[in-house]
Amino acid sequence: MRRPGLPAIPMPDAMRGKPAKIVGLAVLVVFLYALPLLDLPILTTPDSDFAGVLYTMATYVLVALGLNIVIGYAGLLDLGYVGFYAIGAYVTAVLGVQHGHWPYLLTIPAAVAVTMLSGVILGAPTLRVRGDYLAIVTLGFGEIIRLSAKNSDWLGGARGIQNVPKPPSIHLFDVPHLKWENGTVLVDVTNKTQAFVFGFVDYVPYYWMALTVVFIVLIADVLIKSSRVGRAWEATREDEDVAEVMGVPTFRYKLLAFAMGAFVGGLSGAISAAGANFIYPDSYQITVSVIFVAAVVIGGQGNRWGVMLGAALVVYLPERFRGLEEYRILMFGIALMLLATFRPQGLLPPRVTRRAKALERDLEELETGDEAQEVRS
Amino acid sequence: MLLEVEGLCVNYGHIEAIRDISFSVAEGEITTLIGANGAGKTTTLKTISGLRKVREGRIVFDGKDITNVPPFERVKLGISQSPEGRGIFPGMTVRENLDMGAYARRDRKTAAYREDFDRVYQLFPRLQERVSQTAGTLSGGEQQMLAMGRALMARPRLVLLDEPSMGLAPRLIQQIFSIIAEIKAQGTTVLLVEQNAAQALRRADQAHVLETGEIVRSGTGEELSGDEAVKAAYLGGDV
Repeated sequence: MRRPGLPAIPMPDAMRGKPAKIVGLAVLVVFLYALPLLDLPILTTPDSDFAGVLYTMATYVLVALGLNIVIGYAGLLDLGYVGFYAIGAYVTAVLGVQHGHWPYLLTIPAAVAVTMLSGVILGAPTLRVRGDYLAIVTLGFGEIIRLSAKNSDWLGGARGIQNVPKPPSIHLFDVPHLKWENGTVLVDVTNKTQAFVFGFVDYVPYYWMALTVVFIVLIADVLIKSSRVGRAWEATREDEDVAEVMGVPTFRYKLLAFAMGAFVGGLSGAISAAGANFIYPDSYQITVSVIFVAAVVIGGQGNRWGVMLGAALVVYLPERFRGLEEYRILMFGIALMLLATFRPQGLLPPRVTRRAKALERDLEELETGDEAQEVRS
Repeated sequence: MLLEVEGLCVNYGHIEAIRDISFSVAEGEITTLIGANGAGKTTTLKTISGLRKVREGRIVFDGKDITNVPPFERVKLGISQSPEGRGIFPGMTVRENLDMGAYARRDRKTAAYREDFDRVYQLFPRLQERVSQTAGTLSGGEQQMLAMGRALMARPRLVLLDEPSMGLAPRLIQQIFSIIAEIKAQGTTVLLVEQNAAQALRRADQAHVLETGEIVRSGTGEELSGDEAVKAAYLGGDV
């Protein structure tokens, strides 16, 4: 039974053997890849480069997927996630230009490995504390990473690192963009994206790269969540002691969640560095961590589709309304407050909440049904 | 003896929760620990399942010293627990909760595993009716049944039950205790912690009375039911 007013959410588990839905999903995927070329009138960002915004959105979606493992699945409040994001970006920059000449693609596995290791190093001592204490410790971690980079000449100090390496360009074909003028659509042959050339002006190839990584991580996320590991996380989040007496080695699973979260965080850091040309410590401020957590909470922690939507919105909305200048931050704040008031579980709550609500509804219907019968008889 | 507890001392910070406790649980029997709130019953159970650190003394299960074995390993050895205050996973369905009980098992794809589901549904038919319901929406009695059923899903040799009758209506309490007897009849050893001393003593083979962290009396269930001091303190004078 579908309630009117709720958006239809694509869910792969539920669409096995349903051709119509598979086609729908394929269309959605193609649409997402084509989005920067279509330049749709209302959707596009009039005051900033739409492809660049989409690229940032995709890296944030990646961040949200990673942070969702830590916060949504394992229930660990991590306020220093930007630290992993920064480590990923810095490893790429350090190996690629500052202290080496590694090609970009080789820096990614290194970035991911170093970030994961830092996740384990941070998690091993701190995951023994619970709740608020963990939040404080991780908050400190994020700042330590930023300040270390800022105060180390080896890492470029406050000026950061210039000329971060870019992915290798393979020029295969050109794709024209669309142009919308007074209600008519034109194919703009003067504005073409060179696929796949990673340059300084056109961000479409970067967006495609980030989007592809999002899909890969998404598949991994679906597989892990539905496995034994996913159930262990759920149990640990709901009641750590009870999970332990069920035979779940909770500490190991929390550490695993931390390491996997760090993995994805580092990956998105490395992806974001590719298009950034240069990176500097103060772009990894604590406020960025807060935005990351906001993305997860707004979307609905524990629901992968929700957190992806949340991440896309926290990037998109301020860019879409850039024309409002300083007021856009105010609008963003108001939007957050409205959300917290009317959808405290997030835009798309996780299945637990959905299930509880469905049950409540069924009970209500049952009760009203009974009353109706009583009235009739 | 399936379980032997020798000279157990457990602290919360500087406060001694239990002091020099020794008792044993014989295979195939129901052993019960009775006592008032704060006597150390739950602490004793939590220490046996590994959630509390032992300051002194040791715990031997089936001839093996498990004093320093982490809790998740003890499940594999054959000890499972129905925790205090039910401790179900409220966001999971009844089925998922039962499935979590079998988490440590390696035979989850076999017929034996399905049989154990059937066994739990047989003991607690209510759970089968509510199998896809979120556990947090169950009534108190149903949650208790779920916690006990979940503990049985581990196929334990020893099941630790922490106050299964807490907060339940008298009729339900009767039912829970007859199920405990049934669990014993099916061959699982039970260590039961209870405030409802009258019921616990009636079903127990061995019983121990805990007072402020120490065992003050031991005997068979029958003996303690007839003991004047126990009667006065825990059975309200007459049973």
